[in-house]
Amino acid sequence: MRRGQIVMTPRPNYVRVFLTFARNSLVRDMMFPTNFIIESISSIGWVAMNLALYILIFKYTNHLGANTDAGGAWDKYQFFVFLATSLLVNNVVQMFFMPNAEEFSELIRTGNLDFALLKPIDTQFLISLQKVDWSSTANLVVGLLLLGYAVPRLDGFTPSLLAVVLYPLYVLLGALVMYSIMIVLAATSVWLGRNQSLYDFWFYITNFARYPLEIYNGPIGNYLRWTLTFLLPVLVVVNVPARLLAKPFQPDYAYLAVFAIVATAASLAASRWVFQRALLSYRSASS
Amino acid sequence: MLARAQTWWMILRISLEERLVYRGDFWIGTLMRFLPIVTQVFLWGAVFAGMGVAAQAGRGTGQIAGYSYHDMVAYYLLAMIGRAFSSMPGLASGIARQIRDGEIKKYLIQPVDFVGFLFLMRVAHKLVYYGVALVPFAIAFFLFRGYFTGWPPANVLAAFAASLVMSFLLGFFLEATIGMIGFWTLEVSSLLWIYMLFNFFLSGHMFPLNILPAPWDTVALAIPLQYLAYFPAAVFLEKVSGPALWQGLAIQGAWVAFFIVACRVAYHRGVRRYSAYGG
Repeated sequence: MRRGQIVMTPRPNYVRVFLTFARNSLVRDMMFPTNFIIESISSIGWVAMNLALYILIFKYTNHLGANTDAGGAWDKYQFFVFLATSLLVNNVVQMFFMPNAEEFSELIRTGNLDFALLKPIDTQFLISLQKVDWSSTANLVVGLLLLGYAVPRLDGFTPSLLAVVLYPLYVLLGALVMYSIMIVLAATSVWLGRNQSLYDFWFYITNFARYPLEIYNGPIGNYLRWTLTFLLPVLVVVNVPARLLAKPFQPDYAYLAVFAIVATAASLAASRWVFQRALLSYRSASS
Repeated sequence: MLARAQTWWMILRISLEERLVYRGDFWIGTLMRFLPIVTQVFLWGAVFAGMGVAAQAGRGTGQIAGYSYHDMVAYYLLAMIGRAFSSMPGLASGIARQIRDGEIKKYLIQPVDFVGFLFLMRVAHKLVYYGVALVPFAIAFFLFRGYFTGWPPANVLAAFAASLVMSFLLGFFLEATIGMIGFWTLEVSSLLWIYMLFNFFLSGHMFPLNILPAPWDTVALAIPLQYLAYFPAAVFLEKVSGPALWQGLAIQGAWVAFFIVACRVAYHRGVRRYSAYGG
C-alpha cells in the first residue's frame, strides 16, 4: 500500500453474508439441542391443537361461509390448504424476521445500534437477517405435510401448473408484507421507547389474517375487510396464495393477485422509508 | 397478624397507584385483548352460515352441542372473565425460580408462610389489575351485549360468582402445586410448557368443551381444567343447570380442596428434601 492511496472497502456479497448468518445461527441453535427439540415440539403441539379445533368444526359443518356459488365458502380441504399456507407464511416470518425485529428494538434501547451502523453493509439488511430461527423449520414441515395431504383431496379440482409455480412466490410476498409491518413497528422504538402494546398490536392485527377474507361481511365486516386489504394489507398475505392453490380461478379475484404484488412493493417501500427516518432520529445511548 | 395485614394493605395501595399511573395505556391494551373475539365473531358466523346452508337443504340444526351462534360469542366473552380469575401468569415459574435461586431459604427461617404470602400477593394483584380493567371490560361487554339473551336468574348468577371465586382458588393452588415440582427437578419450564398447552385447549378457552366428540368430551369433563374457564361460562349461559349445576360446583369445590392439600404436602415434602442438602 503506497502512501496516500485510499483503500476502498469492497462491497460485501449480500448472498454470502446471508449464508454466513444462516450458518452461524444454525451452529448456535444446535449448541443446545434439547432446547431446540423442546421448542420444535411445543410449537408443533400448538399447531396440532389448532388443527384439532378445525377438524372438530368441520364435523358440524361442510363449509365455512355460505357463499358457495361465488366461491366464497371454504370446504374442509380448501380450508386445510388455507391453514397450511398460513403456517408457511407465519413460519417464514418467524424463522427469518421475528427474532431480528425484537433484537432491533433492543439495539435501539441499549444504544448498541451504533455498532450495526458502523458496519460497511446496508443496516436494514444486517438487522433484519442476522439471526435465523431454525426451530421454525418444524412447523414449516408441518405446513408442507398438511399441504401435501389436503391438495390431492380437493373436491374435483387440481391446481394448474401456473398456480403451483406462483404459490411459493406469493407465500414469499405475504411474508414480506408481514416483515414490512414488523419493521415499522420495531422502528417506532426510536420515538416511543420500549412499548409492549406494539407487539400486542402486531399479534392482534395478524390474527385477522388467519382466516379467509370472506368471513368478514356485514357492515362492520366489510369495513374491516376493506381496511385490512387496502390500508394495512394483511388480508392478501395468506388469502392470495391459498386461493391460488385451493380454488378454481375466478375473475372476481384476479385483481387481488395483482394487487398483492403492488401491496408488497408499497409495504417494502414504506418500511424502508420509516426505517431510514428512524435511523436519522436515532440518538445512541452512551456506548 | 396486624403487621402483616398492614403490609398487605400497603402493597395493595402501591400496586394500585402504579397501575393507575399508566391506566390510559393499560385501558387501550386491555381493550385490544378483545380483538381476537372480533375474529371469533366472524369465524363462528361463517361456521353457522355454512351450517345454515346445510339446514336449508334439510340437514342439521342451527346449534352446535346446544350452543347457537350468539351463545358461542357470549361463551368466548364469559370465558375471558373466567380466565381473568383463574390465570396465574408467572406463578409456577416464579416458585420454581425462587427454589432454584435459594430465595426459599428466607421463608424457612422466618415465620412467614410462603404459600400464604404468594396467595395474598395474587389477590392484591388481581384486585388491582381487574379493578382498573373494569372500564375496558365494561365497554367491551356493552358493545357485545347483543349476543347475550339477558341476565340469568339470581341463583344462577350466584352460582356463577361462586364458580369464579373457586376458579381463582383452583388456578392458584393448581399452579402453585406444579411450581413445587421445582424441589425435585430443575426442568420445570418444559413441564410448564406442556401444562400451558393442555390448559389452553382443555380449560375451554378455544371452544366449549362439550362440543368434543366422545370419548374426548368425557375425558375433558372429568379433569379439573374445565373449571378454569368452561364451567363458569357454561353456568352463566345456563348450559349447565339444575342438579348438574350444584353437582358441578361441589366437584369444583372438591378439586379446590384437593389442590390446597396437595400444595401443602408438596411444599412440606419439598422443604424437607431441600433442607436435607447442605445441612
